Amino acid sequence: MKIAFTAKGTEWESEMDPRFGRTEFILVYDDEKDEFTSFDNREIENEAHGAGPKTSQKLFEMGPEVLITGNGPGGNAATVLEKAGIEIYIGAGQMSVKEAYKAYKNKNLKGV
Amino acid sequence: MKIAIASGKGGTGKTTLSTNLTALFAETETVVLSDLDVEEPNSGLFIKGKLVKEEIKYKMIPEWKEDTCTLCGECQKNCNFHAVIQLGPQILVFPELCHSCYACSELCPTSSLPMISQRMGTLNHCENGNISFIESRLDIGQEQAVPLIAQTNDYIDETFDKNIVKIFDAPPGTSCPVIEATKDVDFVILITEPTPFGLHDLKLAVETMKELKKDFGVVINRYGIGNNDVVDYCEGDNIPILAKIPNSRKVAELYSMGKLIYTELPEVKQELQKIRKYILNLKINN
Repeated sequence: MKIAFTAKGTEWESEMDPRFGRTEFILVYDDEKDEFTSFDNREIENEAHGAGPKTSQKLFEMGPEVLITGNGPGGNAATVLEKAGIEIYIGAGQMSVKEAYKAYKNKNLKGV
Repeated sequence: MKIAIASGKGGTGKTTLSTNLTALFAETETVVLSDLDVEEPNSGLFIKGKLVKEEIKYKMIPEWKEDTCTLCGECQKNCNFHAVIQLGPQILVFPELCHSCYACSELCPTSSLPMISQRMGTLNHCENGNISFIESRLDIGQEQAVPLIAQTNDYIDETFDKNIVKIFDAPPGTSCPVIEATKDVDFVILITEPTPFGLHDLKLAVETMKELKKDFGVVINRYGIGNNDVVDYCEGDNIPILAKIPNSRKVAELYSMGKLIYTELPEVKQELQKIRKYILNLKINN
């Protein structure tokens, strides 16, 4: 299964980014292959509008089944993610990616 | 002759100045007042009239036609606002993000994104003696003021002679709605208060008007409170100060009752007359 994280870096020890649309990186962990793929989303800073839908679209292309983030997506992004059928878990904004993964595995994160 | 009354900071007297100046002009000539603060118009609390026209205003939004779409993805590449998103076998349109630029629609190879109209608000035209009052109001839930401001300006251009003095009560701030409300006017009056906050936001408004290459002047409202920094700043930057409206509790009392101020306070009328004279001079020089 592929699990996506909004993060400020591309490693297990990286801090999570609590924002969804304007997250610095999208990190996708494939737990079957035990490997990471990442997308540098920092160009989103230059976008005045529509960060949520744009990041959602990128996330969709990366093909995860689950998204783990902090504050949760806004209305427009939530619409895209719902259509894409991605499960969303929030409340991991202050953790590292590793802690967020463990919290998800132990069912300690809130689903949306 | 178009005059916009704007400010950086909210609550500095845009509506007070717009409505009172309109009424002063109306004593001697015809004048148009337009409330372009379409998200929360309030000039109508002070200027009443007989409703002569009411229009529903629409903006254009693309609508996806699934049957002809080939999912080529051109639309989402061309949308600068991420209002059109391709998600696998479907195209999603976000009307709140759409700026009605038509790029997705015009550039779609199979014409699968025709533009359709969507209601965004209303425009009311009232008449009262020498005053024509145009008020537009965005519907609740609509996020974009700019298209309604643009259509209100179009209505005014089509309806009134270009020589009539037109006063535009602009939205606060320095973002897109203010740009739309001021970009076609002949002169902008920036109203501020003589406080550190007033000065800070005045500087932002001045930068905006310089960027737009607009002629502008400053009116200081509630003159007498705060400090002298706004005056020093204007003098240092060669920005004309058109008037200084004195601070007075009576002004707040009259405003809270929905009344005009200059008719009761000669010291305010005197300052408004300076502004009127300045505008008429501009008109002659135009």
